[in-house]
Amino acid sequence: MSASDKLIELDNVRKSYNVGQPNEAEVLHGLDLNVRRGEFMALIGPSGSGKSTLLNIIGLLERMSVGRYLLQGEEVQALDDGGLTLRRRSTLGFVFQFHHLLPAFSAVENVTLPVLMAEGRVSSKHEQHARELLAAVGLSRAMDKRPSELSGGMQQRVAIARALVMNPALVLADEPTGNLDTASSDEVFALLRSIHAERGTSFIVVTHDPRLAARCDRTVELVDGRIARDEVAKHG
Amino acid sequence: MVSWLGFELRVALRFLREGRMQTLLIIVGVAAGVAVVAYISALISGLQGSTLTKTLGAQAHITLRSLDDAVTPARLADGTPALTETQPRVQRLRSVANWQALLPLLEQMDAIAAVSPMVSGSGLALRGEATQAIALMGVELDRYDRIVSLRSKVVSGTARLDPGEAILGRDLAADLGVRVGDRVTLQTTVGGRNVSDALRVTALVDLGVRDLNRRTVIVPLRAAQSLLGLPGGATVLDMTLKDVWTASELAAQLRQRYPYKVESWQENNAQLVSALNAQSVSTSLIRGVVMIVVVLGIASVLVVSVVQKRREIGILRAMGATRGQVLRIFLVQGAVVGALGSALGIVLAVALIWAFTHFVRGSDGLPLFSITLPLATALKVAGIATVCGVLAAIAPARRAAAMDPAQAIRI
Repeated sequence: MSASDKLIELDNVRKSYNVGQPNEAEVLHGLDLNVRRGEFMALIGPSGSGKSTLLNIIGLLERMSVGRYLLQGEEVQALDDGGLTLRRRSTLGFVFQFHHLLPAFSAVENVTLPVLMAEGRVSSKHEQHARELLAAVGLSRAMDKRPSELSGGMQQRVAIARALVMNPALVLADEPTGNLDTASSDEVFALLRSIHAERGTSFIVVTHDPRLAARCDRTVELVDGRIARDEVAKHG
Repeated sequence: MVSWLGFELRVALRFLREGRMQTLLIIVGVAAGVAVVAYISALISGLQGSTLTKTLGAQAHITLRSLDDAVTPARLADGTPALTETQPRVQRLRSVANWQALLPLLEQMDAIAAVSPMVSGSGLALRGEATQAIALMGVELDRYDRIVSLRSKVVSGTARLDPGEAILGRDLAADLGVRVGDRVTLQTTVGGRNVSDALRVTALVDLGVRDLNRRTVIVPLRAAQSLLGLPGGATVLDMTLKDVWTASELAAQLRQRYPYKVESWQENNAQLVSALNAQSVSTSLIRGVVMIVVVLGIASVLVVSVVQKRREIGILRAMGATRGQVLRIFLVQGAVVGALGSALGIVLAVALIWAFTHFVRGSDGLPLFSITLPLATALKVAGIATVCGVLAAIAPARRAAAMDPAQAIRI
C-alpha cells in the first residue's frame, strides 16, 4: 500500500473513560487499523465492543487516550478543536442511525447546511449540486419537504446526500439501516454501494446486520475493544 | 468569500421559529420590560421637565447681589480679635456695586443667555381704603422678559413698562379691586420718610404661585430706584442660562471671580433638587431591576433551548460547525429576541404615553404635563435591551459551544 493510498492509519490506539477515577474503564485496547482510499469496510461486533467509540475517534468527534492517528497522512493528535472541526468538515461525512436531520430545515436545506457553515451562504451552484444529490438518492419529489414529512428511509437518504455534499474522502455510517425495515434497509445499503462505485468515496459502516456486513469489501470485527477479525471479502 | 454570520443567522432564526410559542412569550416579556423602562423614562423626564419649567419659569437661574453686611469684631493693636460676641447686623437695601460695568461682562459669557438688573424691596399698594403689602420689583421689561417670560404670563392687558406704568399680580389686583388701565398708588419708606408714586396698571400676570400673584408689583427700573431710595442702583442681577444644570458650577465660578453673593437656583431650591435626585435614583433602580428581569427571562429561555437542541448542536458540530459558530448561533438568538422585543416594547410605550396624555387629566381638564418619548431615548432603551439580550445569551451560548458532539449525538 503506497502512502498516497492510505486514508487512515491507527497505531496502538487506546481509549479510556473516567481517567483517574475509581470507575476508569478502557474500551479500546491498542488497536492497529489501516483504511485505504476507496475501501468499503464494515465494522461489526457485539454491543459494547467499542465500535461507536472507534468510529467517533476516526470521525474526530472524540480524542483517543493513547496512540497515533494519521488522517490522509496528517497526525491529528496535535490538532486543537478548531483544527479537528475543519478537518471533519473537509474530509469526513457522517450518517447516523437516527438520521439526525435538523427538523426546522427542508431536505435540500439540510443537505446544503455543511456548505452554509463553510461559506456563510449557499450559491445557486451549490444548491444545484444538493438537488442533484437528492435526485441521485431518489428524492426528486421530496426536496423541499421537512424531515417530519418524510419516511425513515427517505430521511436516511437525505442524511446520505448531506454526508456527500462536501465531496468527503470518507463517509462514516453508524448503523445507517438500524432504524429501518428490511426493504428500506436494503435500499439504503444498495444506495451506499452505488455511491461508492460511482464516486469512489471510502465508507466505514458500523452494522449489527451480518447480511449487510457480508456485502462489504472488508469486515473488521471488534470484540471487547480489540480487533478479533479483519478479513477481505472474496467478492471484494 | 464567507458571508459574515450567514450560517449563524439562518440557524438562529430557524431555531427561534421552531420554538414558536417559547419565542413569542419571551419577545412579549422583553417588550413588556422595554415598554416599562421607556414609559417610566418618558414619564419621569416629563414630570421633572414640567416641575423645573414651573419652578424656574418664575425665577432666575443665578442671582447676584452685594455681600451681606457683617459686623467686624474689634481688634487689639496686635490684631487679636476682642469683643467677639457680636450681634448680626440688619441687612440694608444695597445696590450691587458697579453693576453697570458688570452687566456687559456677564452678558459676554457663553453659558449665560440673559442678564436683567432689578431693584426689589417692599412697600404698600394703596387704592381707596384698600392697602396691601407688596414686593416691589423694578426692571427693564425686555431684559426681565428673557428671564421669566413675563409676557407669556399676562392674563389681562398688554405688558408695557413705560414711565408711570406698572404690572400687577392677578390676585393683588383682585384684592385691590384694580383693573387694567386703573391707577394704583405705591408707597415705601426711605430713611423714615414716606415716598409714594401713582402708576397706571398696564397688565395683570399669573406667575404660577398664588403668594407671588398676591404681592408682586413690577415697575420700571427708574421708578423702583426712586421709590426705594437707590438712585442708579440695582439690588440684584438675575441671570438665565442656556443649560439650567450648569447653574451651580457657574455660580461657584462667579463667586471666585467677583466679590458678590452669587446663588444658583439649586441652592435656592435645595429641597426640590433633592426630590428630583431621589426621583432619578428611584427611576434608575426600577429600570435596572426591569432590565435584570429581562436578562434573566431571555437567559432562562435560551438555557432551555440549549437543552432542547442538544442533538441538533451535536449534528452541527459533527458536520463541521466550530465552537465559535455554535456560540454565535445562540448570541444571535439573544440579539434577535432583544431587538424584536425592543421594537414591540417601544410601540407599547408610545401607546401608554398616548393613553396617559389622553386619559389622565388634572382637575382643570387639561393634561397634567406633556410626555414625549424622544427618538434618542427610544433608540437608547432599545439598544440597551438588545445588548442585554446578547449578554443574557452568553452563558447558554457558552454551554452550547462547550457541548461534546459525540455525547450530544448519542442523546
